[in-house]
Parts: sequence; structure tokens; C-alpha cells
Amino acid sequence: MMVTRLKDETRIETTTKPVLRPVPGGAHIAVRNLSHTYRKADGRVLDALDFEIQPGAVVALLGRSGCGKSSLLHMLAGLTHPTEGEVIINGNVVRGPSPKWVMMFQAPSLFPWMSVAKNAALGLKFNRRTGEIAKRIPEILDLVDLGPFADRNAQELSGGQQQRVALARSLAPSPEMLLLDEPFSALDAFTRRSLQQDVRRIAKDLGLTLVIVTHDVSEAVIMADRVLVLDANPGRIADDTTISLENDERNASAERFQSEQARLMQIYTDVAHGDAAAPLS
Amino acid sequence: MSLGADTYRGRAALALPKLAWFRGVANAVIGIAVLVGLWWLGGVAVANNPNMYAFADFAPGPTLSALRDMVGSGEVVGMAWPSLYRVGAGMLIAVAFGVPMGILIGRVAILREITNVPFQFLRMISPLSWMPIAVMVFATWDGAIVFLIAAAAVWPVLFSTAAGVRRIDPAWLKVARNLGANVVHMLFTVILPAIAVDILTGLRLALGVAWVVLVPAEYLGVTSGLGYSINDARDTLDYSRLAAVVVVIGIIGFTLDYLFMLAIKHFNWVRSAD
Ligand SMILES: Nc1ncnc2c1ncn2[C@@H]1O[C@H](COP(=O)(O)OP(=O)(O)OP(=O)(O)O)[C@@H](O)[C@H]1O
Ligand SMILES: [Mg+2]
Repeated sequence: MMVTRLKDETRIETTTKPVLRPVPGGAHIAVRNLSHTYRKADGRVLDALDFEIQPGAVVALLGRSGCGKSSLLHMLAGLTHPTEGEVIINGNVVRGPSPKWVMMFQAPSLFPWMSVAKNAALGLKFNRRTGEIAKRIPEILDLVDLGPFADRNAQELSGGQQQRVALARSLAPSPEMLLLDEPFSALDAFTRRSLQQDVRRIAKDLGLTLVIVTHDVSEAVIMADRVLVLDANPGRIADDTTISLENDERNASAERFQSEQARLMQIYTDVAHGDAAAPLS
Repeated sequence: MSLGADTYRGRAALALPKLAWFRGVANAVIGIAVLVGLWWLGGVAVANNPNMYAFADFAPGPTLSALRDMVGSGEVVGMAWPSLYRVGAGMLIAVAFGVPMGILIGRVAILREITNVPFQFLRMISPLSWMPIAVMVFATWDGAIVFLIAAAAVWPVLFSTAAGVRRIDPAWLKVARNLGANVVHMLFTVILPAIAVDILTGLRLALGVAWVVLVPAEYLGVTSGLGYSINDARDTLDYSRLAAVVVVIGIIGFTLDYLFMLAIKHFNWVRSAD
């Protein structure tokens, strides 16, 4: 009797496919009256920003170089404190970095003395969750198509593969929100496109909130549900627009994609010209 | 100290293909043969000079036979052990002070600026000039010698560590902080692995200095160790024995240096492109 039951249980266990634990809803972000001035710079970088991001949304921050996109993202991640105002995630004021909101940078910055799997496991290690590593890391590496590379040294991978490791590293602690600062800009067009689509798909599958900084209009159209267009000097939200495309329309050959891209490009250039016309303070 | 660029070049040069390795060994054998040849010629010249005939035992033949006796009887172990112990203890103290201090001055600009002049000043003072003071301060000769070795070894370790810390990619620290690393994680998962090779390179330089300082330090007071053995052989006019100790000093120094090189190779995380 006992023996058969044990057997049954074992069989069930081995046939159950590992499923990634989805984050229900992802994080809700509220930015309240946020302004920032760097000590060394003159003038405000960001000026009285006020917006909300709904759980599970993919939002792009679009703006030309120097308008304060990275600064804003660092504040959402708790890596920089705004001089005024606050960032509120799920009802709590952000006071520092947390594995619940992970930022991904332009360079993958993997640790070259570690294997791919060790790099991906860092977030779990730093948060006393080493017990989960053995199960979670293979799953997460499969998710980013790097399963066979687990034991390779991080330096032996291509730029695109390294950025996938960085993505796995960010996803491993099951964050509720992922913040991406132009993470694909160093990659070739083909690799960039496939990663853009993969990251959007993964974020949607896991239900995470995704905020992506970019100055590439087509990237915003491929990935985002909503685009915040930023003004420069000082950084303000000049436009807040929705990208209403189905997932299968999010590729450059779709007709609706092209019209959305043209529309966003128009908004972006209008904002940029507005900047140029404004007197430099 | 500009260890920077050289250290990185050194890292790449460590990976030699097989043919080059064989060539390296062959050339090393030729080099040793030339050295022994010159030594032998010197011995012949001394033996034929009536004024220096008394020193003929410095020649390779008598020296190597004295060396064989020394090794065969195990005497060499008793001779080398106290020296190795003193160098080891001195280097440990140098690491215990130099690595944490190096990390601190590498990370904290104000500390680096304050300590720069005093440290550079102290570094330029020959460790042997502390000898009279060390002898007065320390109750035992052993203590004084360990202090002198530590004083010699600390600077390469400290400066190499600091240079390594300053070369750490700031993005690594940002990524670690972003993923929730605390100070202990930062130190043991990021900083120390990143600078392991710099620390070992500093230790390798330190060993070179310490091994040089050891022998004159052991001329004083102590009645054990390689330096003492040289002095003792001189006093008893046993020149073949004296030369044998010199050879032992060279061999041990070379071996220790080689071990450090292997350790550096092991901890070196830079992969060459081939
Ligand atoms: N640590 C800092 N100290 C002083 N000024 C800074 C600092 N970081 C950024 N700035 C300034 O703040 C402004 C916004 O910088 P930020 O990096 O946020 O721009 P960005 O929109 O991300 O630009 P890019 O698209 O080029 O990355 C710039 O004028 C920049 O010079
Ligand atoms: Mg930026």
C-alpha cells in the first residue's frame, strides 16, 4: 500500500514540468512631484514629474540624450534619491534598491570570474535565497535560451548572449518590476529585435511591470503599451501616449506598426523641436 | 606605483601555447648551463691565482658536493625552516595590514590623498634601516626579523591592492548593489575576486623584497636560518658550504616565486582571445 503510494507520488513529481512563479499583477508605481538637481550640475534635470504606472504595463520613457531618462530610472530603482518628491511602489515610498525592482543597464557587466549560472544566481545569493538556486537558475536560463551555457565562463559569450545572462540575473529573484536602461543599444539590429520581443513576451508572461528607457522610436513601438515622451532642460513629461498594437502587430512589417511608429515619431520630433526653440537657461 | 597596465599585459602573457612552453624550458636549460659555465670559469681563475687560492672551494665542484651532503643529511631543512617561518610570518602581517588598508585607500579618495605622501616616504626607507630600532623594540631577535620583513613586504601588497581596487569596474558595484548586496557580499563576491590577481602580484613583489631582506637580517643575533648559516660558514672558513647555502637561498626563492606565479595564473580571470 505505502509503497505504491510513494511510487505514485514520485511519478507525479517527475512528470510535473517546472513552472515559473508568476508575480500577480507586477508592481504599481506612483511618481509624486519628483524633481532632481545634481549637486555638480546647474539647473534642474527633472522638474515636477507626476505620473502612475499600472501593474503589468510596459512603459517606455522616450527622450533625446541628456533629458534625464537614466536619472529617472535610477530613482525608480532606488539607486538615486530625488531632491524633491517621491517614488511610491505598491504603496511604499522607495528608499533604496530592492530585489523586487531590478534595473538592467546598457552594458551587461557580468562578473568575468564566474560562470553563466553563478552570475545569474547573484540576486538569490545576495538575498539569502541560496536554497532556491539549484531549481530556479536552470529554469531561468532556459527562459532566456541559455540552458546549455550554464557552466560556460561569462566572457566566452557574445554581447547578445551576455545581455541575456544579465536579463536572467535580473529575473532570478522574481522581481515585480524590471527597469531597462537602453539595454540593447550595443547589439546588432537582428539580435536587438529578437531580444526586444523576448523581453516583452517574458514580462507579459510573468506579469511584471516593465519600464524601458530608450531614444529609439521603433523600440518604444515594439515593446511598449504606453510611451512617456520627455522634454529636456528641465526634464518634464511632454506627452503621454498609448501604443495600441496586438502582439502579432509588433514587428516592423505590420501596417499598423508603421502608422504607430510614424505617429510617435511626429510627437517625438515636435517635442525635440520645442526643446531646441526654447531659450537655454 | 604604476602596476596597472603592466599587470594586465602580464595576465595575457601567461597563456603560452605548447610549442612556446617547450621552447621556454629549452631556453631555461641553456641559461642555467651558461650560468654554471661562468661559475666554473671563475672557479678555475681563482684556483690559478696564488692570491685567491684559499677561495677555490667556491667553485661548482666543491659547492655541489657540499650541497649534496647538506640535502642528503636533511640539514638543509633545519637551516631553511626558521627562515621560511620568519618570511611567512612577516608576509602574513604584511597581508593583514596591506590588503585592508589597500582596499580602503583604493575606495576612499580622501584617505588616499592623506596617506599618499607618508606612505611613499616610508616605502623609500630601506627596511634594513629599521634594524637598530627593531632590535630595541622587540624582545626577541625573531620578533625583530619578522618586523623587518613585514616592513619590507607591506608596501608592494598595499599599493598593488589599492591599484587593483581603483581599476574595478564601477558598474560591477552598481549591479551588485542593485541586486541587494550588503557590505560583506561586496567585499567577498565582488572586490576580493576582482583584485585577487593584484593582491597576489603585490605578494610576489613583496616576496622578492622579503627574501632579499631576510639574509642580512639573519646576520644579526639569531643562531638559525639561512643568513646565520652563511655567516657561520664564513667564520669557519668553510667556503664550499657557504656557496652551497647561497645556492639553496636562490633555489628556495625561485621556487616560492614560481608558486606565486602559478597562483596568479590560477586566480587570473582574464581569458585570452585564443
Ligand atoms: N551623477 C551626475 N552628476 C551630475 N550631473 C549628472 C549626473 N548624472 C547625469 N547628470 C546630468 O543630468 C542630465 C541627465 O542625464 P541622464 O543620464 O539622466 O540623461 P539621459 O536622458 O539618460 O541621456 P542618454 O540618452 O544620453 O543616456 C545630463 O545633463 C547629465 O549631464
Ligand atoms: Mg541614459
